[in-house]
Amino acid sequence: MIPAIPYRIRRRIGRALFALLLAAILGYTVFPFYWAIVTSLKTGSALFEPRLWPREPGLGNYLAVFREQPFARNIANSAIVAGTVTLLSLFLGITAAFALGRIRFAGRRPTMLVILAVSMFPQIALLSGLFQLIRWLGLYNSLWALILAYLIFTLPFTVWILTAFIRELPRELEEAAIVDGAGPWQTLTRVMLPLMAPAMAAAGLLAFIAAWNEFLFALTFTLTNDQRTVPVAIALISGSSAFELPWGNIMAASVVVTLPLIVLVLAFQRRIVAGLTAGAVKG
Amino acid sequence: MTGRTSPLARRRARAAWLFLAPVLAVLVLVAAWPLAATIGLGFTDARLDRPEAPRFVGLANYARFGPDAESWDAERQGYFVYDEANDAMLLYRAAEDAFYDWDTGAPHAGPVDRAALFQWHGILTDPVWWRSVWNTALFTVVSVGLEVALGLVIALALHAHMPGRGLVRAAILIPWAIPTVVSAQMWGWMLHDQVGVVNEILLGLGLIGERLAWTADDATAIWAVVAVDVWKTTPFMALLLLAALQMLPEEVFEAGRLDGVHPLKMFWRVTLPLIRPALMVAVIFRLLDALRVFDLFYLLTSNSDRTLAMSVYARREMIEFQDLGRGSAAATLVFLVIAGFTAAYVALGRMTLEPER
Amino acid sequence: MHRFAYCLVTAALAGAGQAAAATLTLSCTALGAEADLCREAADRWSAETGHTVEIVHPPQSASEQLALYQQLLAAESPDIDVLQIDVIWPGILGPHLLDLSGRVDPDILSAHAPALLAGVQRGDAVLALPWFVDAGVLYYRADLLDQHVYDVPSTWQELTETAAAIQEAERAAGNDRFWGFVWQGRAYEGLTCNALEWIASFGGGTVVDADGSITLANDAAAAALDLAASWVGTISPPGVLNYTEEDARAVFQSGDALFMRNWPYAFALAQGPDSPIAEGVAVAVLPAGGPDGNPAATLGGGLIAVSRYSRHPDEAVALATFLTSPEEQRRRAIAGSYAPTYPDLYGDAELVAAVPFLGLFGDTLASVVARPAAVTGGYYNEVSSIFYGAVHAVLSGAQSGQAALADARAELIRLSRGGSW
Repeated sequence: MIPAIPYRIRRRIGRALFALLLAAILGYTVFPFYWAIVTSLKTGSALFEPRLWPREPGLGNYLAVFREQPFARNIANSAIVAGTVTLLSLFLGITAAFALGRIRFAGRRPTMLVILAVSMFPQIALLSGLFQLIRWLGLYNSLWALILAYLIFTLPFTVWILTAFIRELPRELEEAAIVDGAGPWQTLTRVMLPLMAPAMAAAGLLAFIAAWNEFLFALTFTLTNDQRTVPVAIALISGSSAFELPWGNIMAASVVVTLPLIVLVLAFQRRIVAGLTAGAVKG
Repeated sequence: MTGRTSPLARRRARAAWLFLAPVLAVLVLVAAWPLAATIGLGFTDARLDRPEAPRFVGLANYARFGPDAESWDAERQGYFVYDEANDAMLLYRAAEDAFYDWDTGAPHAGPVDRAALFQWHGILTDPVWWRSVWNTALFTVVSVGLEVALGLVIALALHAHMPGRGLVRAAILIPWAIPTVVSAQMWGWMLHDQVGVVNEILLGLGLIGERLAWTADDATAIWAVVAVDVWKTTPFMALLLLAALQMLPEEVFEAGRLDGVHPLKMFWRVTLPLIRPALMVAVIFRLLDALRVFDLFYLLTSNSDRTLAMSVYARREMIEFQDLGRGSAAATLVFLVIAGFTAAYVALGRMTLEPER
Repeated sequence: MHRFAYCLVTAALAGAGQAAAATLTLSCTALGAEADLCREAADRWSAETGHTVEIVHPPQSASEQLALYQQLLAAESPDIDVLQIDVIWPGILGPHLLDLSGRVDPDILSAHAPALLAGVQRGDAVLALPWFVDAGVLYYRADLLDQHVYDVPSTWQELTETAAAIQEAERAAGNDRFWGFVWQGRAYEGLTCNALEWIASFGGGTVVDADGSITLANDAAAAALDLAASWVGTISPPGVLNYTEEDARAVFQSGDALFMRNWPYAFALAQGPDSPIAEGVAVAVLPAGGPDGNPAATLGGGLIAVSRYSRHPDEAVALATFLTSPEEQRRRAIAGSYAPTYPDLYGDAELVAAVPFLGLFGDTLASVVARPAAVTGGYYNEVSSIFYGAVHAVLSGAQSGQAALADARAELIRLSRGGSW
């Protein structure tokens, strides 16, 4: 503390420093994506030049991405899988979270820990057994295989997150509902759900992106190009030989698949803001 | 909600299990068999290139004293042992406690360095494994710590009514949205010592004197991995913390502002305790993810014995070396290490798992 | 009686199966130009035989490709009938591959180069058919050698001196990021390929010899590694310890390196219209390890194998034979510069005229060394990992060549039970 500097100026300096820190973080966050865009506009030897803007930018890489494989189909597959997984996880997650976060019953704690323990195995440990299971269910090379497999990592996450949030809601709300004669289902859907919007939006978004980006299961459980998802499709891109990495094409594909997610975030933003106004009423 | 026997409480407990049933059913269906199979295979000598039924070897994949279980030779009914000091290949029959020459089968006459032959084998006695545990733990603690700090800054900034925050929020999520397989390789190129843009920028800014080989040098490789992981997953933290902030009642902050409380004090005394439950859960999942880290280590570092992560070790044994038994044991150990970490975190953080306060 | 009837029925079914058109799944390379060649070949075979071929693409990265095949085959999945595999995989995937001896004309088999054929055989079994060859070559900047008046080095020692001298001169002339020699030093399969070339050219053997003996710990091999370790930080950038093929090419093709060890694929790219070194780049056989040594180039390339779990083994073998036939390899050489596996084709003047690179490649083919994949079978990856681990430790200065190789030898002896793989 330097007492000579008046509070207002100190506050301004504090704000300026905070803004500077934020700008640095933003640069760190956004620059690699900018670099991906720059790289996607380059071809050939220009890929090896660390220039901040290409000398001869071109869209050839983007055309190649869509020409060489059913990339639009891959994007649609990813959207179907990630969307279904997100909806399922949110639905199953919110009901489970209500039970775990609002009701006292024997076996609660062990149940939560078991759900968490599923997320503790490395993915590779699940692969073989899951592969057998999927073949046994006849789901090999279908999107359902991925939807089922992805629930393994999205469910524990959504259940725990939503439990943490739902636990914090004021008890009076629920008591009022019970006095009004509402059962657990009504309490959940009518009273809790609207207040949970920001948490649902955040958990849903994170689950969606996790499913959208998953690679190992997607590679192992699908075989044909028309069933494959985006990360696998990107891993298939290759140059004129097995050794050449067609960097421009890979970056173009990455930019293409990142854009829908940005649109999604902007769309979700409305829900988050809506949740905010709903949340303000609750106190 | 009073005694245990209250009919309302019992009804609610029944409803709780009903609500939980679908989640538990899905997890049992999908995860139970693969996990049980992996734990079971960890006690066998199964190999990917050997279709025959695997042999039960007890804890040999984890730790076993004596000759290596993998050197068992069914034909000669003994263990192959290599006496490095005398450069002799021997056959050891445990029942007789006797050595034979490997090539001729005749009883071995010369000296035998017994102390070197009878050692601990298995993953738990493998220095490479412990190195990978250390690498992973260091990586996890540092990167999760940084992610919490940066995530908080971003969440607070987005929560304040900042101009253009919609776009900033979208921008901040970009790293999380690029598939890891791609972003790890992309960073690999950006960190290239000769043609990478990172060296170019740092040189231009005068922060480094010469081009550094970030990923080739063991000393900097792990920090390169941390930097990429922080870049990649800070959005996760920021988004969850933002949601936590948004669920807090506005009045808390307004009261503080009217009283002229210093923002930092306000943050420590009011905001942080209120978002603590969400923060704790977010950190748990980041811990689980970071401890299982695979892609970043696999694609960015040189993959030498000194820069492995636990999952890379497990995959190397299981897939590359085709040693399904040992790889499964390693995967089970990864699970145990993570469970230990999580337990310590829950205990130290005095994290409450109870419902409403 | 029942048994007899059952046999009759299966025989009838088998006959019917052969007559009817089958649908085969062929897994060949990721996307790109190579995949187009594959597609065309499959279409031609379909047109000739009436069977249908569906093509699936494995991922671009070799390690992911192998993991995918292992997963599919270990589950005895019939989803893939014919698969393109790397030259070092027959041993690893061996138990899941159909034995082609007795199913393929012996004359066709023996027409392949003997070194290639040895790589696909395990005992009497033939696990795959050679499809194309690859081998390490030395790229150099002919313009810079001319300018500074140096010859193309014929030994590694000469390469070291030439690289140091020209690097110094180029840096003095203002290119402060210029390096003498780039190669693949990351701890991965590529380092095994590079190090095998050094060791074999010094007369230090091939890690494990053809009958399984572990030969890697010897003075020549240690000397080769110590020489290579002396490059790091002097004529090669320190980052070379994490370089793969493309990392090395990035430096070389930007004009910042005098020599590069790489596979033939880089030739066309380095000569591309936008390449700053298009005029100066040339290719030679890799150097020898001293005046008494011989040059050695690690053998790479692709094979075609048939899954044991295929529902149509006969058709699958026919497709594999078609894909690897001399006519098809000739077409691939012209259309995509893939080096054929039949020595006869290198004497085909018309072909060599159409693909000038093949003339150069013929010389390299005389000096190829195979990695010890066939003899070590399912343990190859572990052998390779022990080997490149030891080499990486020497290159990074953690151990001397002698010490690292002695440790690696003891590990290999334990792994193989004294060489009985």
